Amino acid sequence: MKIVVPVKRVVDYNIKPRVKADGSGVETTGVKMSMNPFDEIAVEEAVRLKEKGVASEVVVVSIGVQQAQDTLRTAMAMGADRAILVLSEESPEPLAVAKVLKAINEKEQPGLFILGKQAIDDDMNATGQMLAGLLGWGQGTFAGKVEVADGRVKVSREIDGGTEDVSLALPAVVTADLRLNEPRYASLPNIMKARKKPTETLKAEDLGVDMTRRLTVVSVAEPEQRQAGVKVGSVGELVEKLRNEAKVI
Amino acid sequence: MTALVLLDHEEGRIRKSALSAVTAASQLGDVHVLVAGDAAVAQAAAAIPGVTKVLHAADAQYAHELAEPLAALIVSLAGGYDQIIAAASAVGKNVLPRAAALLDVQPIPEVVSIVDAETFVRPIYAGNALATVRSFDAKKVLTVRGSAFDAAPAEGGSAPIETVAPATNPNVSEFVAVYLSDSERPELESARVVVSGGRGLQSEEKFHVLEPLADKLGAAIGASRAAVDSGFVPNEFQVGQTGKIVAPELYLAFGISGAIQHLAGMKDSRVIVAVNKDPEAPIFQVADYGIVGDLFEIVPALTEALN
Ligand SMILES: Cc1cc2nc3c(=O)[nH]c(=O)nc-3n(C[C@H](O)[C@H](O)[C@H](O)COP(=O)(O)OP(=O)(O)OC[C@H]3O[C@@H](n4cnc5c(N)ncnc54)[C@H](O)[C@@H]3O)c2cc1C
Ligand SMILES: Cc1cc2nc3c(=O)[nH]c(=O)nc-3n(C[C@H](O)[C@H](O)[C@H](O)COP(=O)(O)OP(=O)(O)OC[C@H]3O[C@@H](n4cnc5c(N)ncnc54)[C@H](O)[C@@H]3O)c2cc1C
Repeated sequence: MKIVVPVKRVVDYNIKPRVKADGSGVETTGVKMSMNPFDEIAVEEAVRLKEKGVASEVVVVSIGVQQAQDTLRTAMAMGADRAILVLSEESPEPLAVAKVLKAINEKEQPGLFILGKQAIDDDMNATGQMLAGLLGWGQGTFAGKVEVADGRVKVSREIDGGTEDVSLALPAVVTADLRLNEPRYASLPNIMKARKKPTETLKAEDLGVDMTRRLTVVSVAEPEQRQAGVKVGSVGELVEKLRNEAKVI
Repeated sequence: MTALVLLDHEEGRIRKSALSAVTAASQLGDVHVLVAGDAAVAQAAAAIPGVTKVLHAADAQYAHELAEPLAALIVSLAGGYDQIIAAASAVGKNVLPRAAALLDVQPIPEVVSIVDAETFVRPIYAGNALATVRSFDAKKVLTVRGSAFDAAPAEGGSAPIETVAPATNPNVSEFVAVYLSDSERPELESARVVVSGGRGLQSEEKFHVLEPLADKLGAAIGASRAAVDSGFVPNEFQVGQTGKIVAPELYLAFGISGAIQHLAGMKDSRVIVAVNKDPEAPIFQVADYGIVGDLFEIVPALTEALN
């Protein structure tokens, strides 16, 4: 079984995002970019399934600008076998990404797609569900545990009140939550080896996908900033303030 | 204009954030709600003021709100609606994007404000920026953040209930089991007070130090990702960018440093209290009241002082 893992290049999670002065978006030039942390978890899961003998090949795909090549290389250094870069403008919408991935499915015929549950830049939490819809496949979103057996995948999902287990027919789509695994660091020898792994470059147009945006950004603004309050010296003082000043207890 | 709101529920109760979704929908026009499964929930939905029709999907395949059959059902009903709306809950986030893709619509997740029928505000980058986006799609598919809209009242209306015919089930998924944490405490996302613990709590045993305080305040218990990853509490306690978004009247953070991913989930609380032994911890930058000190001394003292 082949596994395809879509990976997105995003502003590194350690960087505090800054809104551009003209309100058109968030500053990304000159900012450290990394693989979306949920996608590292997705890659790790796919590589582990390969190490267990469940998967035969792990293919990573990124849709975006040329620099997404770095993200794909990181994924290959973690153990993915090869990569596909689909060139488009930066950060296309989930609907367009899902359509590109559907076209990739026709080409690659994987048994499983594993995505991150959400990208930490736009926080949409949508692409995996949309891909599963377009393919008519089952979806195991917010996965905390994944077991493949007998032509099905059992997914333990993180839900609001606890966890839920579902069983899906293969092929299927899984989206990774934080507790699925702890991704490995790519070792230096593996980083070197990854350079020799193949990357195929395509254009979104060549796949016949209409990338037109359905949403337009009217403006991007900073939220109202909270002011730091006061430090109090004792528990007694805290209780007094909560009672009489904030009137919250 | 008429909106269809997917009203999700758990253990026979309408989720509070789903009632917030009704409020958001009523800003746009008429509101119909869809209840999958539980007939008692459909009855309760009929009593929500402002709801003009309840669609009840009674067929057994909808009992567990599985995304695959439910999205297919929503698509079969979508023709009569201008908007499809749900809470940004685990169910809403699972089902609506799938339905949107089938309708060839780009969904708009986690809406916090409705500007007009085309234009919506949503946080991006862990809430460090607010994007106002306009949709060109003929039909809008939105999930709305519960903390940003008041919950619709539960009583006062009397809408008719209509049973809807099942749609074709893609038959690719099966429900196996659900494990809900049985808690006597209020729901984290709608609690008036939240007592939260981080890595500073050190262990699962020591995390219990927060319970008497939470009991006293009638509070829900929350946690940072570090506390969940370390196994102190289960995943459903996590507050933050990728956990639950809360905005209680009072949020108390113990042994939490205040990473942006955590702040994303609680910085809209009305009053924030932070207790941390590190005076430089970033949590103090958003706290209204802070105490620098050892939480293992301060928590019992605070519990005592509330007597
Ligand atoms: C730099 C930048 C510029 C933007 N410009 C505009 C603009 O001009 N107009 C506008 O309306 N909006 C713009 N947006 C918003 C953008 O179009 C999307 O709304 C957003 O990026 C998609 O949501 P998400 O990545 O959060 O998806 P999610 O659904 O949260 O992603 C989930 C998972 O899907 C996979 N995935 C998602 N995207 C990709 C990808 N490209 N390649 C591979 N895998 C992927 C990953 O596995 C990921 O973990 C911009 C965003 C950014 C960051
Ligand atoms: C993709 C991604 C998503 C994430 N999503 C989330 C999320 O949704 N929610 C979330 O919370 N985090 C999230 N994180 C993690 C986040 O970046 C931080 O790592 C996490 O919030 C840290 O948790 P913490 O504050 O409990 O731990 P730490 O940062 O280790 O802080 C512990 C604090 O406890 C204090 N302390 C220790 N002992 C005591 C004592 N005895 N008395 C008083 N104070 C004490 C210390 O001074 C310190 O400030 C995410 C990270 C990533 C990469």
